[in-house]
Formats: sequence, structure tokens, C-alpha cells
Amino acid sequence: MTQKIHQHTFENGLTLLAEPMGGVESAAFTILLPAGAIYDPENRAGLAGFTCEMALRGCGSRNARQFVDDLENLGVEHGEGVSDSHTSFGGATVAENLPAALEIFADLVRRPHLPEDKLEQGRQVMFQELRGIQDDPPQMAMQELKRRHLPAPFGKPPSGNVEDVTAIGISDIREFFEQSYRPNGCMIGFAGRIDWDETRNLVEKLFGDWEPGPDRVVATSPRLGGYANLPYDSNQTQVSLAYPSVPYSHADYYRASASVGVLSSGMSARLFTEVREKRGLCYSVYATYHSLKDCGSVICYAGTSADRAQETLDVTLSELDRLKEGIEEDELDRLKARVRSALVMQQESTSARTAAIVRDWYFLHRIRTLEEIESRLEALTRDDINDYVANNPARDFTVVTLGPNPLEVKLGVSAGDA
Amino acid sequence: MEFRQATLDNGLEIVAECNPDARVAALGFFVKTGSRDETPELAGVSHFLEHMAFKGTSKRSAEAVNREFDAMGAENNAFTSKETTAYWAAVLPDYLEPTLDILSDIMRPALRVEDFDTEKQVIIEEIKMYEDQPPFGADEKCEEWHFGKHPLGHNVLGSVESIERLRVEQMRDYFERRYSPGNISLVAAGNVDFDHLVEMTSQRCGAWQRFETSRQVVTPPRFPGFHQLKKETSAQQYTVNLSDAPGAESDDRFAADLISTILGDSSGSRLYWKLIDSGEAEHAGLYYVEYQGGGIFWTMLSCEPEKAEANLRILRETYQEALADGLTEIELAQAKSKTKARLVLAGERSRRRLFAVGSHWIARGDYLSVRQELDLVDAVTLEDVNRVLNKYPLTESTTVTIGPVENMSVDS
Repeated sequence: MTQKIHQHTFENGLTLLAEPMGGVESAAFTILLPAGAIYDPENRAGLAGFTCEMALRGCGSRNARQFVDDLENLGVEHGEGVSDSHTSFGGATVAENLPAALEIFADLVRRPHLPEDKLEQGRQVMFQELRGIQDDPPQMAMQELKRRHLPAPFGKPPSGNVEDVTAIGISDIREFFEQSYRPNGCMIGFAGRIDWDETRNLVEKLFGDWEPGPDRVVATSPRLGGYANLPYDSNQTQVSLAYPSVPYSHADYYRASASVGVLSSGMSARLFTEVREKRGLCYSVYATYHSLKDCGSVICYAGTSADRAQETLDVTLSELDRLKEGIEEDELDRLKARVRSALVMQQESTSARTAAIVRDWYFLHRIRTLEEIESRLEALTRDDINDYVANNPARDFTVVTLGPNPLEVKLGVSAGDA
Repeated sequence: MEFRQATLDNGLEIVAECNPDARVAALGFFVKTGSRDETPELAGVSHFLEHMAFKGTSKRSAEAVNREFDAMGAENNAFTSKETTAYWAAVLPDYLEPTLDILSDIMRPALRVEDFDTEKQVIIEEIKMYEDQPPFGADEKCEEWHFGKHPLGHNVLGSVESIERLRVEQMRDYFERRYSPGNISLVAAGNVDFDHLVEMTSQRCGAWQRFETSRQVVTPPRFPGFHQLKKETSAQQYTVNLSDAPGAESDDRFAADLISTILGDSSGSRLYWKLIDSGEAEHAGLYYVEYQGGGIFWTMLSCEPEKAEANLRILRETYQEALADGLTEIELAQAKSKTKARLVLAGERSRRRLFAVGSHWIARGDYLSVRQELDLVDAVTLEDVNRVLNKYPLTESTTVTIGPVENMSVDS
């Protein structure tokens, strides 16, 4: 079946994206609002997260209980999340229930009650989350890594901190809502058993008269970079590091992303082979590509016993360093096979497709078909990638470890941007 | 969608849910062996053996196994539970034969001592990783205390000590006792040509020698009680609660699953409204797990230490109230909608169907289509759920709490 992807931007700035899929009974949607943690004001870290939490406590004609009950009676698997740039609400259900589900979500993003008498309950939920993170060493390390590696306010944890969350009042939440839950900069994506005209009419009806919000500018600070060990009493030391790459929209994206694949895509990839298979240093080790609109990164992680952490860091860094010497033909062949296969498998999941089309639109302002991605990938040669890795060696590392003892970083630590 | 089934002369069963329209083929060997089949000195061997399968065979090195899977773009892995060890891959349909070739090969692993020694370190790292994660081993302790010496009390990973002590000869011997073709099923889902699959499997696995295997399936005794473990460095207090539930053989398992959804689903359940929505707890959930001879209801609760005692009381009151007054039609209808939507969504992915068909087959030697499963969920009545709730009272439980709190008092 040829893939058909539809797109429409309404006058108020809301962008609708939709991919009808064959062979499925379900439909999934994602609403991405320009309401991420980067818009948290000074001394109000966690405000985007707190607002999202409060938005779930009743909207339109429903109180919190009716909101949840109605969604569940419709069989909607739903979830929400706050990242650097966005607050997202998503759901999936059998296709015939989609319109009813979307009506509820239209109330959620446009007419939440944000009830003052539930503020303390919402705050307690935020506190529970903050405490939960303290018992999750990999997440703690990763949060600190992002905080140091990305230009603030990017990389700030959406969960905020105890002091700021304590200070947040209902007026902060209502103000944040007014500014950030808005059609301009908002994307709604659909995938699954849907009809384009019906979907477009439905979205028009539910969101067409939504008033745009004000323009906002986010000023960024220099990156911190460097190395930090967070002392922590645990069996394992968490080793995390990041280095710069190109953003998703960059002409070199495919080459950059292929180089990360050689490191970490599949069990024959370099990090898994060298760190785990040959040396038995850890159970979990990986590298992953990460992008903001204009700043790409490669993020690596390994968790290992404290007494083997230095060796794990050394081996990981030497593999990252070795990348500049180039890759083998068979590594590229395997990588192409893996991506080809992943693209097909993605078509078995309506949720995965909505996430993909919304991501493409956000970063590229267009949606790549699977065919385009595949042909771009097929065209990649070993020389292309070798040329890229030779000119863009892994350097300027931001390193964060979490464990009893600091480690020695033996290769190119970033001095930050300051 | 068609279900097909065949058995080779050596007892290896082949089952498949064939869907010629699927884009993906998923395939896996499901071995009826896990931690409940281990003696205490072998604790963790099933899971360790699962890792060793990827370390190569007489024909393939460890690197070759990983490279060949990756070269096909396979999404592949393995898992071990108390009852099952499964090795699986999802691939584009054209790769079915080479995928079967590797999977069947690693089912006869070389178990080389050098690989064994290296992989031992990985297993120990895996154990240490979990020890650093909530609930810091309280779940395993809870099972040990609940089941006493019954094999269902064995944990899957074993301990650092049991793994350190384990010798490769013991693993080889365990393999010789458990990996009989009669104790293994090859399961497939998605775009699979069944006749061709049987032929290919016969060529590769037909010569595997059959021998007798058995599993001790006695209904476990239980030892309810309350246990406190101290962990000063923990930020939250974690409480786990375990009680009996219908076993894998029981028709009551659908009712049990709906009970867990009504009382303890992550959204919209009684525990959700009492503990999560109010911000009293970070997490409070009830889960149903089926085992042969007896299932369990798991409750997991995490919250700030100061609230732990009060929350545990709320938890127990919630269960007592459910037992005393029963659940309601409205709750049941809501839980059914949710369960059915999840089944439909999961049913669209070949890999998910592989796990569903495979676990159902090895637990019960039977097949259920998504449609049949939806009908069985629909057929559960309020009377059923309330009867099952009374038959397996959530209040008769083993509870373990871990964290900074000392001397928590609980009324029983």
C-alpha cells in the first residue's frame, strides 16, 4: 500500500497531521503543545509539569473522576508527558471511539478547570515524583548529564525541585496555561483506521475557534559541560556521557545517526560487543541520538559495579574515539537492514506512527515517507560515513557519574561554552 | 487469521497464528523451564543459560549469532520467568528461514567455559543493577516468605552468591535435563507459511533427542505475615503485598485480571482514586500473575516514608471493603472496555501476538484468538468477580515493607 500522509495548518496556527493505515482496527493520536519545561519561569521549575498534572483534574463538563471514567469506558489507552519543549497528551483506542475521545481531549487542552481546591493534591503528586527519582540512580545521572550538556533552559528536569514546586500557586498555573496551551505551535497527529476528511472536519470543529497565544522567546545560557561525580551509596556506578552531534534537520543527520547506529544498534554493535560481550563489564550499555531543534547530541550510558566503573568508562571512550577511524562495510549493511526492518515494524503500531509524524513535523516542517527514509538510507555509503566521522570525531564530552568514587576521564572533556 | 499446529516425532510442538496480511513474522522457542524448576544450589541457572545461548554454538561464535540477527534487521531477544525461557525474533517475512536457522542453533548452545566465566560477570552486574532499584529486593523476599520452600518462591536471577558458585558442568547438566524437544514449543505469529515452517523445523530440530522431563506442580502452601526491612538510604518507602490468585489452569483467571484492573490499575481504579490522585502515594498498583498450580496477586505501593503506615492501612481497608461489599457493575463494565481495548491494540503487533500465543500455549496447550479472548472477557459476570474475590481474599497476604521506616504498626 502506498503511504499517504495528510497535513493541514489551520488559521490559528494549529497543525493537523494524519496517516491513514491499512490492516488495523485502532487509531492513535498525539497532541503536542508548546508547553515544555523550557517555559518554566525563574524560580518556578516544575510549572509545566504541575500544570499538566492539574489539567487532568477536570475539564469542560467533566470533573476529574468523570474525565477518567469516560476515557476508560471508551477504552482509551492514554498518557501524558512533559519534555523540554512540549507537553504531550496521547491516546489510542478502537477507531470508532476516536471522535468521542478527541472531544474529551479538546476540553482537556482548552477548558481545564485547574481547580484551586485540588492544588495541594497535585503538589503532592509532584513531590512523590521528585522523591521517586532519588531512588532511581540511572535517571538521576541522566538528568544531571542533560542539565550540564544542553544549553539551559534545555535539559532542566521537568519535575522541577522541591523549593520551586512548593512556591507554585494556582495563579502561576493558570498563567502558564493561558500562555502555553494554544494552537500556534501545537500539533495534533493521527494514525490508524481514520478517514482524512472526517478527521479534518472533526479537528476543525473542536479546535478551529481556538485563539492563538502570544509569541515567546526562550533565551539560552552557555552549556556547562565538564565532569561531575554525584556521590551515591549503591552497588553500581552510573556512567553517562554526551557529546555534540548535528540536529535532526541537518544535511548530515543520516550520516550522524548511522554513526550512532554502528555504536549501539543491535547486539553486534560496538559498545555492546566491546563493553559487555567481550569484557563482561556491565548488563546495560548504550548510545542514543538526541536532538533539540538546533542542537544534536549523542548520549551514552553504562551501569557497572563501582570497582569496574573506571574500566567501563575507559573502554566506552576508546570505542567512541575509534569511530573516527571509520566503519566496516558489513557494519553499514547490518545497520541498513535494521532500519529497513524497524520502519516496517513501525507500521504495526498506530502509536509509533503518530509519534513519528509529529516528530518529523516539529523538526523538519514536513513528513518523510517511509520510502524517502529508506532511499536516503540506502544511498549512504561507507565513504560517506567515514568522511563524517573523520571530520566530526567524538569530542567535548560532558561526563556525569553517580557512585561512591569519582573517575578519571581520559579523553576530551568539554570546557562548556562559557 | 488461522491457527495451525504440528508435532515432530521427537515431541517438539510447532504452533502458529498465521496472518498472510501481516508485514512481520515473529518466531520463538518457548521452553517450559524456569526458576521453579531449579534446586537451591542451581538458583539462577535458567536465566544464566538463556544468556549463554547467545554465546555461540558448535557452528557459530557469539559474535556470529549477534551479527547474523542484526544482518537481517531482526528485533530479537530472550526472557526467563519462573516457568518459561523464551528465545524470540521478529523479522520481515523473507527472513523466516535464516531466523529459524539461528534460533534453532542457539537452542543447542556450546556452553564453553570461557564464555561462561565472562557472562557470569554480566549476570552479576544484572543482579546488582536490580539491587539498586526499588523495591530493593523486597519483592523477591516477599515471594520467599510467602511460598516458603515451594519452588515458586525461587527468584529468576538467583543471587550473587549462587551465580558465583555455579559451575559450567551444572549448567550443562541442567540443559541435558530440561531442553528436551518434548519440553519445547516453537511458536510463530504473523506472516508465516506454516507448512514450510514445519518442514524447515523438521530439518533443523528433527534430530534433537527426546528424554523425559517433568515439573513439580503442587499448589503452594502460603505463609502470610508482615515483615519489615530497613534501608536508610532509600528516599521512598516501598511495600509489596502478595496473596493467592487463580492458577494458570483456572477459568477464573479472566475474572482475576478484571479484579486487578478494578482495584489497582494505574488509572481509574480504586487504589488510583484513594492513593494516586490524592498525591498520597507515588505508585499503588495491583497485578495478577498466573502460574501453574496457583497464581498470585501482587500489590506494589511506594510513597514518602511518613505516609507509609497510613497508606498501608488505606490499602488494606480498600481490600476489606471490596471483599465485604463486592465490586459494582459500573466498575466491571469500565474494566472490560479497558481490557478489551488493550487486547485489540496489542493484537495488531505480531510480536505481541507471539508472546500471547506462546505463553497461552505452553501454560495450557491451547490457542485463543484475539476475538475469542475478547468474548471470554465479555462473558465474565459480576457474580464471577465477586466469587473469585472471596475465594482468593486479598487480605490474607504476605507483606514486606522496605525503606527508612522502623516499627511500622499494622492492624491485621
